[in-house]
Amino acid sequence: MKELLTFHPQLSILLPEMQPSLFASIQWTVSTLTKYIRNLFESDVSLQDVWVEGEISNLSRPASGHIYFTLKDAGASLRSVMWKTSAARLNLSLQDGMAVTVHGKVDVYEVGGQYQLYADQIQPMGEGALYQEFLRLKALLESDGLFDISRKRPIPDLPKRIGIVTSDTGAAIKDMINTLQRRMPMAEVIFAPSPVQGEDAPPKLVEAIASLNDRDLHLDVILLARGGGSIEDLWAFNDERVVRAVAGSRVPIICGVGHETDFTLSDFAADLRAPTPTAAAELATPITVPGLIQNLQSLGQQLSNSLITFLDEQRGAISDLQDGLRFFSPVRRIQSDRQHLDDLARRTNAGGAHRLALEMSRLDGLGKHLEALNPLQVLDRGYAVVTLLKDGGIVRKVKQARDDIRVRVSDGEFDARVLKRGE
Amino acid sequence: MPKSSSPKPVENLDYEAAFSELETIVDSLENEQRSLEESMALFERGQALVKRCAELLDKAELKVKQLSGSELTDMAEE
Repeated sequence: MKELLTFHPQLSILLPEMQPSLFASIQWTVSTLTKYIRNLFESDVSLQDVWVEGEISNLSRPASGHIYFTLKDAGASLRSVMWKTSAARLNLSLQDGMAVTVHGKVDVYEVGGQYQLYADQIQPMGEGALYQEFLRLKALLESDGLFDISRKRPIPDLPKRIGIVTSDTGAAIKDMINTLQRRMPMAEVIFAPSPVQGEDAPPKLVEAIASLNDRDLHLDVILLARGGGSIEDLWAFNDERVVRAVAGSRVPIICGVGHETDFTLSDFAADLRAPTPTAAAELATPITVPGLIQNLQSLGQQLSNSLITFLDEQRGAISDLQDGLRFFSPVRRIQSDRQHLDDLARRTNAGGAHRLALEMSRLDGLGKHLEALNPLQVLDRGYAVVTLLKDGGIVRKVKQARDDIRVRVSDGEFDARVLKRGE
Repeated sequence: MPKSSSPKPVENLDYEAAFSELETIVDSLENEQRSLEESMALFERGQALVKRCAELLDKAELKVKQLSGSELTDMAEE
């Protein structure tokens, strides 16, 4: 067996010529073998500048500032490290499970006997990029105040006219109309169809929302909806133009896009978020016709009851009045008075005679008293009343006596002439 | 409470107006003293309102229109 040794300039050691059949006979040390392997990696130009796609796992960020992780996919794993100088420049928040694209070089960590990816850049991969854009827009629009709770308006609970913006194909529009028909058929729906994904979706959505905001339409609420899909499918509802249109809508908007766990920026800007299109239709109709029917039945019952009660009260009042009438009736008065009279008569007769005598003597006394006060009684004692003949005036004083006078004595009167007045 | 002008014909009232008036009437019959005449009149109006509300609920059919540009057209729904 030929043993040929050549000096390997990079490794500074003597190596046998690269012939597989000779390897088995070379006596390596761990270090020499590892160095050899490392050399293989480093001499491969394509391993010096690689972009690798994979999912982050076993993420570790020790105090040293370096980041250690394993990049994997279904078939393999690749240990990775990012030194702290590169890590400091990283504006991505790393998480296990994150799909990323990593730039770096692949080399061998001799001490650990590992080949590794030495990373200098990490970027979100594919869908991850959209998610980053979502976060960027969310922060921007939030700082513009578009998501403020104070901007959110109450939704009328008995809407007469409901607007819908969604695709005219797909299940969403049918589901919503069925839901509204079931819950509030008294309402009227105005449907403004629009594509809900693709390049032309954002401007068409904006236009549809604007058209439903026409004051002549008098809409009470607008339902903005789209069935489920991936983040790319729902992307139109994260478009800044659409989000601004939702926030700026004069008519309140209920947004129901995707599934339960999907959140789009339009959801944040709307007055109310619904998990699905059907839920949006439900939230728009908290009062339902079945509910109203129950209320009406109950109120109708109250109406009847109130009349029954009223009539009962009236009957009661009439009955009371009748009782009152009977009590105060003239017939009863007469009966009562008669009895009173009999009563009086009985009492009168009993003390009658005695009373009479007493009364009579009283009367007698009064009569005598009266007599004594009679002015004409004095005439019996000899006094006379003198009056002037001409005018009948009573003569009280001497100077009044003149000419002809009339004299009244106890039993009559005579006329006389004044002859002489004494002083 | 000032008396309202003569009440609108029941047939012209929308659901909210009819129901609201019905509530007022029931409240009045339950809580206010009124003459027999007034009460009977209120009761009759109440009955007419109940009938109107029931009718509106019964006959309701969701109307759906589509807006294309500025045109409103009825949508045929199966």
